[in-house]
Amino acid sequence: MTAVPNGHDGLITARGLYLSFGAIPALVDVDIDLWPGEVLAVVGESGSGKTTLLNVLSGRVAPDAGAVLYTDPEGEQHDVHTMPAPALRTLHRSDWGFVHQDPKQNLRMNVSAGGNVGERLMARGARHYGTIRAEAIDWLTQVEIDADRVDDLPRTFSGGMLQRLQIARTLVTHPRLVFMDEPTGGLDVSVQARLLDLIRTLVARLGIAAVLVTHDIAVARLLAHRIAVMQRGRVVETGLTDQVLDDPQHAYTQLLVSSVLQV
Amino acid sequence: MTEGYNFAYLDEQTKRMIRRALLKAVAIPGHQVPFGSREMPLPYGWGTGGIQVTASILGTNDVLKVIDQGADDTTNAVSIRRFFARTADVATTTHTADATVIQTRHRIPEKTLRDNQIIVYQVPQPEPLYRLESSRVETRRMHGLADYGLMHVKLYEDVARFGQISISYDYPVLVNQRYLMSPSPIPAFDNPKMDRMPALQLFGAGREKRIYAIPPWTAVRSLDFDDHPFRAINASEPCGLCGATDSYLDEVVIDDRGGRLFVCSDTDHCAERRAAGHIGKDGFAEAAE
Ligand SMILES: Nc1ncnc2c1ncn2[C@@H]1O[C@H](COP(=O)(O)OP(=O)(O)O)[C@@H](O)[C@H]1O
Ligand SMILES: [Mg+2]
Repeated sequence: MTAVPNGHDGLITARGLYLSFGAIPALVDVDIDLWPGEVLAVVGESGSGKTTLLNVLSGRVAPDAGAVLYTDPEGEQHDVHTMPAPALRTLHRSDWGFVHQDPKQNLRMNVSAGGNVGERLMARGARHYGTIRAEAIDWLTQVEIDADRVDDLPRTFSGGMLQRLQIARTLVTHPRLVFMDEPTGGLDVSVQARLLDLIRTLVARLGIAAVLVTHDIAVARLLAHRIAVMQRGRVVETGLTDQVLDDPQHAYTQLLVSSVLQV
Repeated sequence: MTEGYNFAYLDEQTKRMIRRALLKAVAIPGHQVPFGSREMPLPYGWGTGGIQVTASILGTNDVLKVIDQGADDTTNAVSIRRFFARTADVATTTHTADATVIQTRHRIPEKTLRDNQIIVYQVPQPEPLYRLESSRVETRRMHGLADYGLMHVKLYEDVARFGQISISYDYPVLVNQRYLMSPSPIPAFDNPKMDRMPALQLFGAGREKRIYAIPPWTAVRSLDFDDHPFRAINASEPCGLCGATDSYLDEVVIDDRGGRLFVCSDTDHCAERRAAGHIGKDGFAEAAE
């Protein structure tokens, strides 16, 4: 296990991550640093290990080797994979959020929009119905869903609305860190643009740090401060988004960027 | 006592196993403890879980009362009472005050229970989250982490839809500020009786093979919202027979012209009040005893 430097004040510090599924190495020697308020895009083609990295960083999947440290608001560091399960669970429902590509994986489809948004508040101990409902309505409005849809079931919502509802459900507790896996994947291009704009606005306004997985370089350019390029489980290049995309050093990054330009 | 059966029907080995589960259940109030439920000479749904618990705690000196929906004289109550009278030769009673063990389905007696009494609930579904989350693994994890946001989502949905929490039976409770628990299908009206009850409360679910317990004097809180507090709902009129205003009432159809009467569901409570001279508007004076 690679030693993690002490006195590091990154929000997430991962060192020496390794994980294989049988013979397939999904993560090889991956180091990640994420700073408070920073959006890091993880890009790479399908199967390069992006989702696996997100799952390991968020403690959902344990690596074969390496460690992920999270620094809490009090400045205390926690090893995400050795901390007690209840503490990790608490992180996931307060400080952290997770936005899935498929909103149905996260939403409760037989619970109203308001109930979906209010759940994290209630899980955290909110016990005043009026306050919970007011906050749910406020968040629906913030993600551009009409307040009068608050009692509607998600199954009456379009794909773009479902994704916005998932974002409201995730951000309602003001997490410091959000993990997003292809949040605009599977949506129409016009819907994607609007959603990206919304994510950018919210993340900036709330000062949320995010790890954003995408195979779409354009999404990374729009949202991310920094970028990490993955190929076959390795991070082959990392740096400020503009630098990496305008002047790619690694051959694979050059290929990725040029294939975008060809489109 | 009927020959050929062990005392209280169950063999001693099984009773010991159930008592171990009961001790664990008492040690972790509200926590569901698995047990090896046995075949009983009654179908599931007839209180096989409650019967196994009762069989494991009965002693020769116990006095047993059995109620179903508050009544001592329904088929289910009568057959369970007769079962233990035959297999354990214990004394039985219909008087709440005289019983040491009370097995019940769907009610808690109106008379405040004492610290030398035990109440045994028959439980069809021990998992309070089962309608909301079908995975047992997931509900076990929720209990393990006291992660009960989902139950509050259900209450939120009720208030959003009906303007109030609309659960009238099996109203979920938090036991000892820790475990979410199903009180079994008793009316929400009975929930406050569970809180800091002097008697030991035991719960047996036969088909689901779970036992749980509330030790005497344990805090039991019905879940609610600050601005929609728990309320024990009841009929708005007094008992037609005894005039009681503070007991749980059943609505009874009394003729084929739609005539109806509200009467105490707790038959012993109602009879005792009438014997003491209380008369409701549809009642008649009891002959002096
Ligand atoms: N649970 C799993 N079992 C086996 N192989 C897996 C599993 N998850 C991912 N993989 C493999 O690991 C590699 C990385 O997958 P993934 O992280 O999903 O990539 P990406 O998100 O970049 O498309 C792929 O080869 C994939 O087939
Ligand atoms: Mg993926």
